[in-house]
Order: sequence, then structure tokens, then C-alpha cells
Amino acid sequence: MKYASLKKSDLNDWLKHLQKKAKLYAPRKKENLFVFRPVKEVEDVCLEYIPTILPPKKYYFPQKEKLLKFSSQPFKTAKAIEKFEEFILFGVHTCDIAGIQCLDVTFRDAPEDPNYLNRKDKMTIIGIECLKYCDEYANCTSMGNHVPRGGYDLMMVDIGEKFIIHINSEKGERLVTKLDYIKEATEADMSSLERAREAKKKIFKEEFTAALPNVYDAFDKRFASDVWKDVGRRCVACGNCTAVCPTCYCFDTADDMELSLNEGIRYRIWNSCQMDDFAKVAGGEDFRKGRDGRQRHRYYRKFKYSVDKYNRYFCTGCGRCTRTCMADISLIETVNSLLKEERKDA
Amino acid sequence: MLDREILLEKMRTTPYLPMKAKIIEAEMVTDKEKFFRIQLEDKLNLGHAPGQFVMVSIFGYTEAPISICSSPTDKGYFDLTVRNAGSFTNRLHQMKKGDILGIRGPFGKGFPIDNMFGYDIVIVAGGLGIVPLRSLIRYIMHNRNDFGNVQILLGCRSPKELLFEEETKEWMKRSEIKFNCTVDRADPDWKGNVGLITTLIPGVDINPTRTYGVVVGPPIMYKFVIGKLLEKKIPDHQIIVSLERRMRCGLGKCGHCQIEGVYVCQSGPVFTYSDLKNFKGECHEKAV
Repeated sequence: MKYASLKKSDLNDWLKHLQKKAKLYAPRKKENLFVFRPVKEVEDVCLEYIPTILPPKKYYFPQKEKLLKFSSQPFKTAKAIEKFEEFILFGVHTCDIAGIQCLDVTFRDAPEDPNYLNRKDKMTIIGIECLKYCDEYANCTSMGNHVPRGGYDLMMVDIGEKFIIHINSEKGERLVTKLDYIKEATEADMSSLERAREAKKKIFKEEFTAALPNVYDAFDKRFASDVWKDVGRRCVACGNCTAVCPTCYCFDTADDMELSLNEGIRYRIWNSCQMDDFAKVAGGEDFRKGRDGRQRHRYYRKFKYSVDKYNRYFCTGCGRCTRTCMADISLIETVNSLLKEERKDA
Repeated sequence: MLDREILLEKMRTTPYLPMKAKIIEAEMVTDKEKFFRIQLEDKLNLGHAPGQFVMVSIFGYTEAPISICSSPTDKGYFDLTVRNAGSFTNRLHQMKKGDILGIRGPFGKGFPIDNMFGYDIVIVAGGLGIVPLRSLIRYIMHNRNDFGNVQILLGCRSPKELLFEEETKEWMKRSEIKFNCTVDRADPDWKGNVGLITTLIPGVDINPTRTYGVVVGPPIMYKFVIGKLLEKKIPDHQIIVSLERRMRCGLGKCGHCQIEGVYVCQSGPVFTYSDLKNFKGECHEKAV
């Protein structure tokens, strides 16, 4: 079976089934926004949502993650997590799946990061394809992430009465077989899927004013652009943009001591290249002084450095950085200003 | 198993777990710097390349990247020399002989010693720059006939900040190594040169295409010294530097040490000037 179908009225039954299989995380409403949360009541799962406040990153690269247990006297160290548990991420947008692919590449790159890979090993991804824009902040079309591009076990598409489910792995297949309410997709189902994809083409338009290779070129040539000064002037260095980014993975480490001051746990904690001491050394030299340089660094890590290293853009187009920015710095606007400057000079 | 294989296996399977290590010597060597001789558990040899660094762990104070200042030819132990400059190093300075530390590493790319075989070497050390360079100098001393002429230029702010005093006296005596030293400000007992390190370079006699220039010092020093070496016509790829950055993980992940797209902890800390030249603006050490 390559494609299956599930009636919407049976969705909750399937969710209950998934709940029994592994720890289940899915989007739900939180005030006027959305968050990924462990599923308690399947009725709370909400599949029509704009990107969650934090990407599902928090489940495979937690904000505060145990690295090791230690004791000073006698000197002892041990792995802090003995067992990683199986979990299912349900209802993940294609942009966030692209984010997972980015972090896979990063943490698989030698030297490997066992903490990430152990978690990733236990992860099952069930995606849902967007058929309309979440809001004006997303740039998923320019990034090519408005359509599924692998990286998932199952992908759901809403065709009205039913979901069509694309089965993309054995792990995924096991979650849809032997259930009487999930059937192989019929030809009629497949043509509905086709129609949904066609309709999408009319809705999703590239958000940048040029194609990605031109965006890369603009970044290549515009390191000294005034665009960065402008962005730097507005930035308040709060670090929101990096915290909500599905592909930001910078971290710091911290030791939490027990009251005895002898034993403790070393954590890694999300950190942000937007913080003013991020690249400062003990001697006082600050190697990325200035918010303009730090913002530029963030953008280059999405549109230039990762392309050079992994042939992969680390912007997924989810729009979270723009949505969350307190200073109204817009990613689409920044990239388009750079493109405009580049065209003017050409 | 070879020591090196054991360390590599640890790095592969448990890269965040520090190894147990014992301080077997500890001594204040200037007002601000302390020297440590360290032995890994089971007397494993660190097997580093000159120029690499380790992450030193003190539980409760996390970790800091510290240059190794002994040569891999010094077996059974390795040396660190640390300035008291922050909360971590302040705690490290309180540690004494017999105390236990955590060590991860060695990390990064060291000096390209194999490429330097047969070449003349000019080593330029400013201030604490002599610390990582000591690993190279000791390596060269132990393999002296692998290299051509060797000259060491050492500069620091004042005579009392001079590190490895006994050793430098010995370097001065050795006829097969030219050693020259200068201080920015002399004190009454100082009989040597006075002036910035750059003043020593015009006087060195070299065949530029046969010479490697190796420069380590504070960020401000590089562009001036590199400029002088370029004036001497040493090719870009034969000018070697080592850069200080805020390494936190050593694994090319955490982001703190990045210069543009490059993780200094993995691709450095040693670079050639050809590498440096490609950086657009985030590298303070780049000559203009």
C-alpha cells in the first residue's frame, strides 16, 4: 500500500490507536495561537493551525537537555539518559519537516551528536500538507517547502471528507495497517489528491522576488549591505527569532549542582547568536559585536553557510521569526531588500 | 588498543563525557598565569597534534577550551597554562597538585607539522600566544632535524609577564635555534629589546618561499605581524595562525566559535592566512 485513506469521522479513533503505540505529540490551540503538546484528549488535537509558537524541535532537541550526570568526589561521570522513548509527532507541517531534515544533517555530520540521534531514532513523523497559507509571514513556497519533500513516515492531505495518507516508510505503514477504518486509497481518492495539489498551485506563489539561486547570490555579494545595518538598528537582541526557528541549534552548557555541591547534572540549553555575549571570550574580545553583525550571521546561517556546507537552505519558510519579532523585522522584506539592492547594482 | 583509538572511540560514543584526569604539577608562573601538568586516567597519552586544545571540565563550573602547551613527544602527561580571566579560570587557579579535573578532547586542527617538514620556521608569539606555540616549539626541538632554520620571536607587555622563563633561557642558549625577545615596557633589570613585536621582524633573515611564519597572539597583533611577514614575501599559505574563540562543545555544533560558516573548534583553531583572507568581515585577526 502506498496511499491510504481515512474518513475524518474516524480520525479520533486513529489518534487513540496512535496514543497506544507511543507517546503522541500534536498541535492544539493555546489562546489565539497553537502549540505542540502531549495528547491527553484526542478531541484537543487541532489540524487547522498556523505554525506553533515553538516548532516540534523541542521534542528532539529540548530547550534544556541532560548531557551527563557527574560527581566531583569521587570523580564520576555517567550518561544522564538511559532510555529514550518512542514518540510520534502528529500533524507536522511540511516546513517543520524540512526543519527536522536540516537538524538531521547537522547532528549526523561528524562528530555525531548521540543525544540528538538517539531521540531521532525513536521518532515517527506524521505530517499534514497545507492547502492554504497560514498567514502573510510564511515564505514556504520560495523555499520549496509548501509541498512534501520526504522526511516523514506518513503524510496526510485533507481532501474534504477524508484524509489521503501517503505511506513513506515501514514504520509509517505499521501505523495504518490492520485497522478496518484505514483503507487503500481508491482511484477517485487519488484524483481528488491531484485536484487538491492543482488548486494549491494557484494559491502558493513565491514570496521572494527572485528564485533561490539568486537569493544565494545576493547573500554572497551583499555581506557589507546597508540592509544589515538597518536590521541591526531595529533589532532588540531578544533572541526570539532563534528560539522559534526550527533550524537554530546553537546551545550553551550549564551545570546544576545538588545541595551537597558534589553531585549534579550537566545540561545543554538553547542559546542564541543574537545575545550580546555569544561570541565573547574571557579576555574581553567580542568577535561578533553589534546587532547588525549578529542578525546578519543569523540570516547567513539560513541562506549561505548551510548551502555551502550541506547544499541546503536552513530557512524552512515557516515564518516564525517574523511572526515573533518584537521589532517587526520581516524575513521576506529583508531578503527582498537585498535582492532589490542587488538588481539596482547589476 | 592504542591510546589514540581509545580516545577516538570515547569521542565517537560519548563525546560529552569528560575523562578523569589528575593534576600532577601546578605552579603560578606569573601574577596571572598558572601552569598545570595533567595526567589522564590509566596514564593514557592524549596523542594530540601541536596546536590542538582540550575542553577542561570542573563540575559546577562547566567547561572552558584551553590550548595544550606540551608536545605530543612529551609522553605520559600534557601541560596547560591558564590565565585567570573569568569565573571558570578563577576556579581552576584554586586547584592544586593531586586535584582531579575532567578533560574532553583533543579537539581541532593543529599546526600543519607534516607540511612544515624541511622548511625554515619563524615563530612569532605575542603575550599568551607563546602557550599554544610552546607545543610546536617543543615538538620542533624533539624533531629538530626535520626542520630547517628555526627562529623564535617573543613579545610581551613587560618582563614580569614573560612565560616559561627557564625554558626561554635555554632556547636562547641553543645554537640551532635563534631566539629573540622584546617587551613593550622594560623594567630596570631588563637588558633585552624594547618595542612592539613587529619591530623584530624586519631584522629576520629568511628565504620566504622556504619559510613558514607561525603567528599566535592577541587579536590586535595579527594584522600587524601578518603585514610584516607579507612584506617579507612569505606566501599566504605559509603564514599560519591560531585563533582564540569561545568554544563550548568542541564538536562543531554549539555555534559560539563560528567565524562566518566555519566552526573554529573543528576547522581551526589553526588556519593559514589564505583561509583568513576569505573571511569577509567577522575575523578580527585578518590583515587589511
